[in-house]
Amino acid sequence: MRSLLAALVLLFAMAAPSLALVDPSERLADPVQEQRARAISKNLRCMVCQNQSIDDSDAELAGDLRRVVRERIAAGDTDAEVYDFVVARYGDFVLMTPRFGPATLLLWLGPLLVLVLGGGIVIAVTRRQAARPAEPRLSPVEAAKLAALLEKDGNPRD
Amino acid sequence: MIVELGHFALILALAVSIVQTFVPAIGAHRRDAQLMRVGEPAAILQLALIAFSFGALTWAFVVSDFSVKLVYDYSHSLKPMIFKISGVWGNHEGSMLLWVLILALFGAMVALFGKNLPDTLRARVLAVQASIAVAFLLFVVFTSNPFARLDPAPFEGTGLNPLLQDRALAFHPPWLYAGYVGFSMTFSFAVAALIEGRVDASWARWVRPWTLMAWLSLTIGIAMGSWWAYYTLGWGGFWFWDPVENASLMPWIAGTALLHSAIVAEKRGALKSWTILLAILAFSLSLLGTFLVRSGVLTSVHAFAVDPARGSVILGILIFFVGGSLALYAWRAPMLKTGGIFAPVSREGALLVNNLLLAAATASVFIGTLYPLFLDALTGAKITVGPPFFNYTFAPIFVLLFLLVPLGPFLGWKRADIAAAAERLYVAAGLAFLALLTSFAFFYGGPFLAPFGMALAVWLVAGALSEIAWRIKLFSMPLDESMARARRLPRAAWGTALAHGGLGICLAGVIGVTAWSEELITSVAPGESAEIGGYTLTLEGVALRDGPNFDAMVGVVRVARDGRDLGVLTPEKRRFAAERQEKTEPAIRTNGISDLYVVLGEQAGDGKWVLRAYHNNLAPLIWIGGCIMALGGVFSLMDRRLRVGAPTGARVRLAPQPAE
Repeated sequence: MRSLLAALVLLFAMAAPSLALVDPSERLADPVQEQRARAISKNLRCMVCQNQSIDDSDAELAGDLRRVVRERIAAGDTDAEVYDFVVARYGDFVLMTPRFGPATLLLWLGPLLVLVLGGGIVIAVTRRQAARPAEPRLSPVEAAKLAALLEKDGNPRD
Repeated sequence: MIVELGHFALILALAVSIVQTFVPAIGAHRRDAQLMRVGEPAAILQLALIAFSFGALTWAFVVSDFSVKLVYDYSHSLKPMIFKISGVWGNHEGSMLLWVLILALFGAMVALFGKNLPDTLRARVLAVQASIAVAFLLFVVFTSNPFARLDPAPFEGTGLNPLLQDRALAFHPPWLYAGYVGFSMTFSFAVAALIEGRVDASWARWVRPWTLMAWLSLTIGIAMGSWWAYYTLGWGGFWFWDPVENASLMPWIAGTALLHSAIVAEKRGALKSWTILLAILAFSLSLLGTFLVRSGVLTSVHAFAVDPARGSVILGILIFFVGGSLALYAWRAPMLKTGGIFAPVSREGALLVNNLLLAAATASVFIGTLYPLFLDALTGAKITVGPPFFNYTFAPIFVLLFLLVPLGPFLGWKRADIAAAAERLYVAAGLAFLALLTSFAFFYGGPFLAPFGMALAVWLVAGALSEIAWRIKLFSMPLDESMARARRLPRAAWGTALAHGGLGICLAGVIGVTAWSEELITSVAPGESAEIGGYTLTLEGVALRDGPNFDAMVGVVRVARDGRDLGVLTPEKRRFAAERQEKTEPAIRTNGISDLYVVLGEQAGDGKWVLRAYHNNLAPLIWIGGCIMALGGVFSLMDRRLRVGAPTGARVRLAPQPAE
């Protein structure tokens, strides 16, 4: 999915009715490299505009960062090297996808944990149910009472 | 004067709701019918007072009474009437007033249509509902007074954010609030049942219509919001995983789970305790949403009141109701007896798995939205949780859910034959496979996972159709007999099929826009053309236009396909003088299957204009699917059994049976 998270914020700020973001002059000549640059840009947060990727932002700082990304790619960096370069300067905050690590363990595994724990509870509950004896049958007295009631209503309940 | 009366009515409403909180509750405790009976007139009076108060504020907006601070801040005399009215809730104070209005509306509906509820349950439901009203009325009266005056009165208002001056957005908050606040009703029922210490099939039957109503409103509200985002933001984005969107998504998912577990509680007497917990959670998430939006903890376009003091009051309300109800739950829920044994493979089992997956999905949104806040508070580390996180966690859970959805309705209660159910879905599976191959062939070279998503969408739609075909014995009986069966089929069965099918259609739209839309960014001089998705766009010129409260630059773009003229599109750039803001107004040409989306950009040098265009395949399906889902909710709501106040048939009058 395109990273559009910040569009709302952008519009809130009303800084830029124009969302034409990548200036044609910024583009790299090699289409493959340009493709990589855009993919990376979409995953980097614009530091001055809340919740927006540098690919979506026309803030000056975002433009600078886009140029940095393209310079690194042109210099032959791999994607990982580009990310490392940017994170070394701006911190983890700049990444749209938080890195997996001790601080984000609960973030990444949380949903899975809920699923597994919940699944365990579901299985335990159904097991317990299966082990439980069936509902007790009616005693003869109750059965007679029920029959009498049904007789009176002429309308067995479903 | 009317404004002061409105203010006064609001304070009276607070007094009434305090009475309504305590008197019926004491009455229910003492089994005193007279005290209990206070609840109904109080609920209706409370609604009347708040409605009057709301009317007074609306009047101030309609006549542009700028001596009222709120009107000065959020209105302008030149604004079209519809936006003067929507301006009432286009701000913090007014939207909180709308919140309590809807809350009172739901309470009054129980008073009016809940005649068949047991007296003590009704009294307690009204009391709990009123306690929520007390909290929020206190909040409005003491921290967010919408009736504050200005002296001297200014001559002109400062206008409303142009983004909010939009037809779909004008009615997005009322629907959303009807959803949020609608869950207050199920919450009140849940808390009342915990106090009663009794949950039976009839309780579940009474709760379902309110759940359905809340869910239905929330579905419409979310769909409207995302539609607005799509046609306003200028590039075809429809969902941003924005914290405030997430805040509305969480109660929706929890509400969906509640809707399903309530079926089990009603039909089979199982999962009662879980249903109660879900009812509490759904409303807690609604409150959390209100807190997130109103406190400005999370920055977003919706958070127009960034005021920490107000935030902490709502946080207090949140903690009181969530903590209180969960504590009550922990205390009383173990006393609830479970009924209805079922085998793992059964309708109950399927609905339980549905609930498990929906709970995990809710957890994913919850964690993703709040984790950065908690991490920052605990360690000071700042991270960003963007859309990719939700694509990695939320999406797989939903894929699993989508796979299982068509299977559920084919399973019988208590014990089911999964092979037989699967057999009935052969056709649907075949169609899904066909969709997979077709979309691979059609969008060769596109994103690899998209055709699988498409297959999933077809699986959902075909599965829903198969269910109806199976129920009316289509093709295994003469056609007129099947038609007769179709007419006799309970509305709830149609509701299920529509909701599940609508989900599939919506999914198809999401996949289409995400994976297969085309983008064109170019600059053209008047008279020049550009191509996208088989269309030829020619910029004929750029003109000026005067709107009621803005002036606009209008691009005249002629659209042609295969040499055939298809008319002109007129994307605009509007400038709102009063608000001193600009807004782009894209032009969209739709054929129901795909959209051609054109935006007029900046003026480039040498007389050229930046023109951006998108060919969004299947985009309309997102909202068509959403509407069909909502329609499913309407059908279920119309089911005889569930019609509000309907259970008056002889058989149902046997109702409150004690839990076995």
